[in-house]
Amino acid sequence: MTSTAPRKKLTTSAMIASFADPGQRTTSAPFGHALNRLAEERPEIVGLSADLAKYTDMHVFRDAHPDRFFQMGMAEQVMLGAAAGMAEVGLVPFASTYSVFATRRAYDFLCLDIAEPGLNVNVVGALPGLTTGYGPSHQATEDLAILRGCPNLTIVDPCDSVDIEQAVPALAAAPGPTYLRLLRGAVPTVLDEYDYRFELGKAAELRTGRDVVLVSTGLMTMRALQAAARLEADSVDVAVLHVPTIKPLDTEAILRAARTDRLLVTLENHTVIGGLAESVASTLAFAGVGTRVVPVALPDEFLAAGALPTLHDRYGLSTDAVVARVKAELGGAAAGHRPPAVWPADPAPATA
Amino acid sequence: MTASTSPAVPDTADTADRQQRIEQIRQAAHRIRRNALDMGEVQGQGYIGQALGVADVLAVVYADQLRFRPEDPHWADRDRFLLSIGHYAIALYAALAEAGIIPVEELETYGSDDSRLPMSAMASYTPGTEISGGSLGHGLGVATGMALGLRLQGNPARVYDLLSDGELDEGSTWEAAMSCAHHGLDNVTAIVDMNALQADGPTTGVLRTEPVTDKWRAFGWHALRVDGNDVAALVDAFDEARAHRGSPSVVICDTRIGHGVPLLAAREKAHFMRVEEHEWQIARDQLQEGLAR
Repeated sequence: MTSTAPRKKLTTSAMIASFADPGQRTTSAPFGHALNRLAEERPEIVGLSADLAKYTDMHVFRDAHPDRFFQMGMAEQVMLGAAAGMAEVGLVPFASTYSVFATRRAYDFLCLDIAEPGLNVNVVGALPGLTTGYGPSHQATEDLAILRGCPNLTIVDPCDSVDIEQAVPALAAAPGPTYLRLLRGAVPTVLDEYDYRFELGKAAELRTGRDVVLVSTGLMTMRALQAAARLEADSVDVAVLHVPTIKPLDTEAILRAARTDRLLVTLENHTVIGGLAESVASTLAFAGVGTRVVPVALPDEFLAAGALPTLHDRYGLSTDAVVARVKAELGGAAAGHRPPAVWPADPAPATA
Repeated sequence: MTASTSPAVPDTADTADRQQRIEQIRQAAHRIRRNALDMGEVQGQGYIGQALGVADVLAVVYADQLRFRPEDPHWADRDRFLLSIGHYAIALYAALAEAGIIPVEELETYGSDDSRLPMSAMASYTPGTEISGGSLGHGLGVATGMALGLRLQGNPARVYDLLSDGELDEGSTWEAAMSCAHHGLDNVTAIVDMNALQADGPTTGVLRTEPVTDKWRAFGWHALRVDGNDVAALVDAFDEARAHRGSPSVVICDTRIGHGVPLLAAREKAHFMRVEEHEWQIARDQLQEGLAR
């Protein structure tokens, strides 16, 4: 499609992609610096990358600990196999690449070399979900769906630099394998404004609210908090439950959040298939809780290339889109007149 | 197939010692074959042909080359032997029993429910089994990491990885081959069992892998090719591989499926060999006759 009309030019490079809002507080390369701090305390920490150290913030560790960094080349299968071998001899590896390569390209190695023996290997995947405008080759929109079925694996989707800094030592301390959805470069710093500490396997209620509960993970927690603030101005009282650990899921916290008459919305930077929305939905269904789940997630499609702000708007991940979705679900009416969020156990099928 | 390398001629003073080593290994290989036949009989079928073919290689590894403590399979300074080809479990268990790491009596549980000896080798089941192989193309990558880690830790232990020629089809094997060479991992010895057969038929028809020796050399490896059923040639090759510095070594072993048991060696080659009930004793008798010769 072509157009001759002048338009505002938005550009996003996959290499320098940042989803930080203009003027937002950020922290540079929180993963690399956190790994360095950890490495000072734990000599068994080592790093590997598959020709993407510079683009996964691993270069910070590489430069500080060159003898403990291993360049594995553009060869993700041997990188994960070798990380397993290092863990077998007592080291604690962090292996970084893009999420698409860690999951699609090298899954057999993550699964059988690392997860099956339950080794303490920490796989770090950059560009999770829709955090690059490069198109499907680089957009790991289904990494959680691929990995949730893998036994033994702990999966963490951090919100911001605070989450990443605190998750890195926690992941190394956990005895088994982990997968971290990495946010790299200039990473927003958000959660220090809340009474929050990252705790592996635990969800955290960042704010309370009587009308709506947003159950969010990863960078979508940042959007959830922004949306909640905006909705508050419209007298909608919105709670935010941040779920940084996708597996094992804090099902108790999710069930507590769902056992009210609030509208329950899940938010994730991932396809609607196999990620947070379905994790929450199955948690509720398995517990016999009939709360409806409204998913804010990427569609089951290969996504377009383009500028991130454009794409986040188009696919419903922007704060504007989240606010609009919540309002639509509330029926565009005042909070007190919204349709019931809790449906009967055996509802009649809706008809048009 | 003849060796493409000429191992150094040993001094006269060493000859007696060397002959003793070779005889000891031959005896071990005989017992490994015997163990494998006993296990094969439990299930009535299996990768018995491969086990007989690779028995001499495993005998050299376990009876001569590998540093390990049978009573302490997790000893930190042990040499690691990785069975990348998990379906060779029957051969590995036969060797582990010969090495004293598992009791010989336990072999009769092979492949049975609740046995520590599953049909495909897994680290979580069996003492002395370093990795869970079977999804081919994994072993050399794990070996790469172990070797890098051991070197970083100043541990002189070596890492051996047994692959098959069919496994050379897997791209990940060559990722790992490049990696070992790039990192100069002279503490790695890869062993390729060239039995020329894979699941769908002869390797030459499934996916041509030759010239195998040239490929490894082009990838930066010190490559030796030997008759994998010639114990003396194997000993020389493994000694040379262990002494070599600056790059990883590979011992490419041309083996014969069913070697040591004419009944099975002469049978039409099958990846997964069926043996009739009455044939197991014949096989054992033939094996015994072979040792006496």
